[in-house]
This record gives sequence, C-alpha cells and structure tokens, in this order.
Amino acid sequence: MPSNSSPVAETPVVEPVETPPVETSISTGAAEKVHAALTRSSTGSADLRELESGLDSLQSDAVRKARIDWSRILLPIAAVAVLIIIWQFYVSLGIKRRDQVPGPMDVLEQFATLWAEGSLQEAVWTSLQRGLLGFLISVVIATPVGLLLAQVAPLRRAFGPLISGLQVLPSVAWVPAAIIWFGLTDATVYFVVFMGAIPSIINGLISGVDQIPPQYRSVGTVLGASRLQMAVQIILPAALPGYLSGLKQGWAFSWRSLMAAEIIAVGGTIGFGLGSMLNQGRDLADMTIVMSAILLILAVGILIELLVFAPIEKRLLQRRGLLAGSTR
Amino acid sequence: MPVVLENLGKRFGEGAPVLDDVNATIGRGEFVALLGASGCGKSTLLNIMAGLELPTSGALEVPSDGAAFMFQDSALFPWLTARENVELALKLRGVGKAERRVKAAELLELVHLAEAADRRPHELSGGMRQRVALARSLAQDRQLLLMDEPFAALDAITRDLLHDELERIWKETGRTIVFVTHNVREAVRLGQRVLLLSSRPGRVVQEWEVTEEHRTDAGLAGQLTGVITARLREEIRRHAK
Repeated sequence: MPSNSSPVAETPVVEPVETPPVETSISTGAAEKVHAALTRSSTGSADLRELESGLDSLQSDAVRKARIDWSRILLPIAAVAVLIIIWQFYVSLGIKRRDQVPGPMDVLEQFATLWAEGSLQEAVWTSLQRGLLGFLISVVIATPVGLLLAQVAPLRRAFGPLISGLQVLPSVAWVPAAIIWFGLTDATVYFVVFMGAIPSIINGLISGVDQIPPQYRSVGTVLGASRLQMAVQIILPAALPGYLSGLKQGWAFSWRSLMAAEIIAVGGTIGFGLGSMLNQGRDLADMTIVMSAILLILAVGILIELLVFAPIEKRLLQRRGLLAGSTR
Repeated sequence: MPVVLENLGKRFGEGAPVLDDVNATIGRGEFVALLGASGCGKSTLLNIMAGLELPTSGALEVPSDGAAFMFQDSALFPWLTARENVELALKLRGVGKAERRVKAAELLELVHLAEAADRRPHELSGGMRQRVALARSLAQDRQLLLMDEPFAALDAITRDLLHDELERIWKETGRTIVFVTHNVREAVRLGQRVLLLSSRPGRVVQEWEVTEEHRTDAGLAGQLTGVITARLREEIRRHAK
C-alpha cells in the first residue's frame, strides 16, 4: 500500500530548544533524524500499519518458484555412463582374463539370467525387507534412548563413551556371537543389524541435540515447558537435522551389517538375500554373479537415499531456510 | 508493586560481582528502561527477574506467575510458522486447541502480521521476526514483560517503527515492561522512567522521569538524551586506566 503522504512531514518538526550539553552526537542539523529516533514518528495506528506493511514488503524476499533442474538428473546419469565406458574400454584392452574381469555386457547378461530365474527379485526383496524392518525397529529403540542420554547428564557421562565405542566396532564382529546364540535364523541377521544401526542413530541424535542453540532451551523455560514438553516440543524438532543425518548413517550401517551377516551366515532358515547371492558367486567362482550382487547392493543404497532420505532432508532444510547457497 | 529489587547482588563463582546492591521498584503498568554500557549486568539482572538465574544475595519480588521474556534475537523456532510459534507459547500455557488458533490470530493481528501468519521465520524480515517474538511473549499472558535489547540488531528505520509499535501495544495491553538497552535514545524514546546502571559492578546510579512532553517535543527529548549520555559517559570514564 504505497502512499504519497509522508508521515514524517505531517508531524510538527520541533527544533531542539537548546543544544544538548556536553559531547553528544546530536546537532540541530540532524533534527529530522533526532526527531524520528526520540519522539513518536508515526501519526497513529493506521499510519503505523501502513508504514509497517510497506517496510515488510520491501524487506521480504520475493518468493522464488522452484523449477525442475535438469542438471541434477542428467549429470549423475552422465557420470555413470562415463564410468561404464571406461570399464568397457578397460575390458576391451584384454589385460585380464574375461572370466576374472567381465565386461558390462557380460554382467547385464547375468542380470537377465538371474531375473529370469527369479533369484534376483528374491534376493533384493529378502534383503530390502530385512534391512528396512531392522532399521525401523532400530529407530524405535534408539530414539528414546538417544533423547534420554542427551537430556540426562549422568546417564550420558556413563554410557556416552560406550555408545561411541559401539559405533566404531564393526557390527560384523557380532556375527559369530549371534550365530552361537541364535543359530542360522533371521534373529542372527536382525541382531547384527541392530548392533550396527542403533549406536549410530543414538550418536546422531545426541550430536543433533548438542548443536541446538542454547537460547531455544531458555525460550522453552521462559514459556514454561515441562521436562517432557521441552524434550518433545523443543529439543527433538530442534535436533531434527542432526537426527536425520544419524538416521541416514543408521540406515547405511544396517544395510552394510545386513550384507556382512548374509555373506557369513548362510543356510538354516536364513533366506536368500543379496549377501547370499554374493557368497554364491564366490562359491561358483562366477565373477558376473559377484558383480551383479555388488551393483544391486549399491543400487538399493542409492535408491533409498534418493527416494527416501534426500526428499525428507531437502524439505526439512528448506523449511528452516538452510538450503540457500548450498551445492545440493 | 509487581517488581521490587532489594540489595540484589550476583557474582559468578569467585569473580568480581556483576551486580551489587541493586535497588529498584517498578510499579504495575509502568514502562521502565534499564540503561547501561556493556558489562553492567543488564542482561543478568533481566535473567534474574525472569527466573533464568538466581541472585547470590539480596531479595527480589516478582509476580508469582513469572514473566514473559523477549530476547535480543527473535529466538523463534525455525521449524514452526509465525502462527505456530505463537501457538506453542499458548500450548505450553495449557490453552485448548480451538482457543489457541483464535488467540494466535488475534495476537498476530495486534502486531500487524495477520497476513504473514503462515510464513516461516526465515521468510520474514528482522523486524517482522521481532514482532512475531513480541506476539509470542504477549501470548504468555503475564503482567510483566522483560525485554532484552529486542531491537538492537535492527536497522534504524525498522527500529523507529517498532518503538511506535511497542508503545502502542504497551498502552493497549497495560503490561509492565522492563526494557534493557544500551541505547540512550531508545531508553528516552520508550521508558517512562530511565534507570542508569553502572558497570562492574552493576548498580542503579541514577534515574530520570520521561514525561509525555518528551514524546512529542524532540528538543526536550534531545536535551534529556544529552544529560543521560553525559552521566553514562562519566560512568564509563571511571573505568579508564
């Protein structure tokens, strides 16, 4: 609502009666400035509203429309294409035997065979199901534990180093113990997944909580939040970016642990997963199966990142105004 | 009397006292500007009044339901919209869901931000954020409102407008306001009374009344600003080596 009337000119401008004593920066020449800083500068509620509205629209950024950025899609595809061409070129040089280093076409052929047999679908489905279920249970366990550790100082001092240590310990190290305890069952696989994912989710949440500006807690206290309200309404949402990177890492750890467990623990009631496929490739000394399994494991990881975590993270950061200037 | 401070003192650990023998009485509905140079413990005093810190000596009397507080930066939660930020204050006070919505809309209208209710803090300008923060502190519905240099980080144009805005809201809501600032002009512009706090240790050394004439007469206001500035500089000079 732009207006031609100048509110400053409407109020009577009164020159200072006498120059202020001693060293102040006020001079009669700056009467207009002094006037605004020292006395009421608007003429009433309506005038104030109009001024504020004008200033608000001047100071707010125009909303930018998001478009589909093709370079975001085409560049990664181009990068993969370049890698495949290099791979094909290397194979065509014939430095290594073909059964040791198969070319892209050989692997593609194996893919087709595995697909026709149905073992590709079975392996991906079995592993994905286990990975996701194991991960979700880990989240449900790790979130309250992480919040508790982050909020209660003695607990954190007691268990913090242990949790950090568990994160460093490769979860494969638990496979022998799990086999002894649970035998060749799904329980073994899930146990290893939990030991991989839970500590890293807890750690992510704790570091997310550590990075919360202390003022948020002061605001919570001033607003009268109880301990539980503080944790759920303020601490958890404030720590969400750190928590989310903890979740991402937790997923990566569950997926890796799952593969390790599936490679080592084969047979019993453990079904046929991607790790089992990898192991089968080794047993048959068939490099195309090994490469197929590796590429599938990688592809699942990339897909989960692209379809699940990337959109959530982007939305989260965008809503908080943290995306500007990033290279994402 | 909503606020009475008696021989209030504060020291952190074994260090020199930050506040020493602070005495002040603030009446209901009064607008008091607490003025001082850096390191005079203004913010500490405010935190004590808000119950965020405890005094080490002396006594203080504040309303039993506590105080609303407004920080230097808006301290809005970035994951909530302007409306949700105000609603959170109401929620933590135990206001029901339907009433929260109505009340939040009213408060945002009070600070002239009804249209920006669904925007997030990062989409608002600094001045707008402070107005949302003001609405949030009003949502606490406490008689006493403590403000810790809330306009210090704003540009001059916005600050002048927010001075008018705050004065208007103070008159409409009848709150008792304690406004901490290091800006003499701001103190004279807003306070009915200006209390000057000395530095290291902080202590109320002098106070001035600001009358209605000062609100419209720039000359008179300028004169008072000069007097207070001179006294403040005297205080600062005491610390010269």
